[in-house]
Amino acid sequence: MTLTKAQIVDSIQDKFGFPRKECVKLLETMLEEIKKPLTNGEDVMISGFGKFCVKEKKERKGRNPATGDDLMLAPRRVVTFKCSQGLKEKINN
Amino acid sequence: MNKLELIAALKNEANISKSDAAKAIQIFFDSMADAMAKGERVEIRGLCSFFVKSYKSYTGRNPKTGEKVTIQPKKLPFFKCGKELKDRVDY
Repeated sequence: MTLTKAQIVDSIQDKFGFPRKECVKLLETMLEEIKKPLTNGEDVMISGFGKFCVKEKKERKGRNPATGDDLMLAPRRVVTFKCSQGLKEKINN
Repeated sequence: MNKLELIAALKNEANISKSDAAKAIQIFFDSMADAMAKGERVEIRGLCSFFVKSYKSYTGRNPKTGEKVTIQPKKLPFFKCGKELKDRVDY
């Protein structure tokens, strides 16, 4: 089983009793508010869950695995996740 | 940004009370944590996905003392950034 947005919308609906459309909108608004700071390069830390970090990756040498050509990989920015102690304990118990 | 700031941002954007914003955010992160505790995968389109990865026990070393220690088998969440977020965060 995979947890997806649909089940989270169900849980929100159970809790609030809002019409489903509004629950979908509420979840999407929340996701957007999480993505906004990350887009601006700001980390998002959720106590008890973990930290979404934005990491700057420097330019580096790479290789096209198909042709073997050397190429330069441009600097880029990626999101990483650091699991909190609480979540780690929850998963391991 | 921390959880309190996220609650404030959601309160303003969704026009709901602070306590409702806090509840909704708690539901979101608790649902994901509960799913992973059961060993389930999590997939939130546009944001990220998680699956639980099992690591075997191994002999490590205490970097301070050089002593050998046995690391017990453990499970950790493995994070994969969603496509939309990835594209937005990158230059």
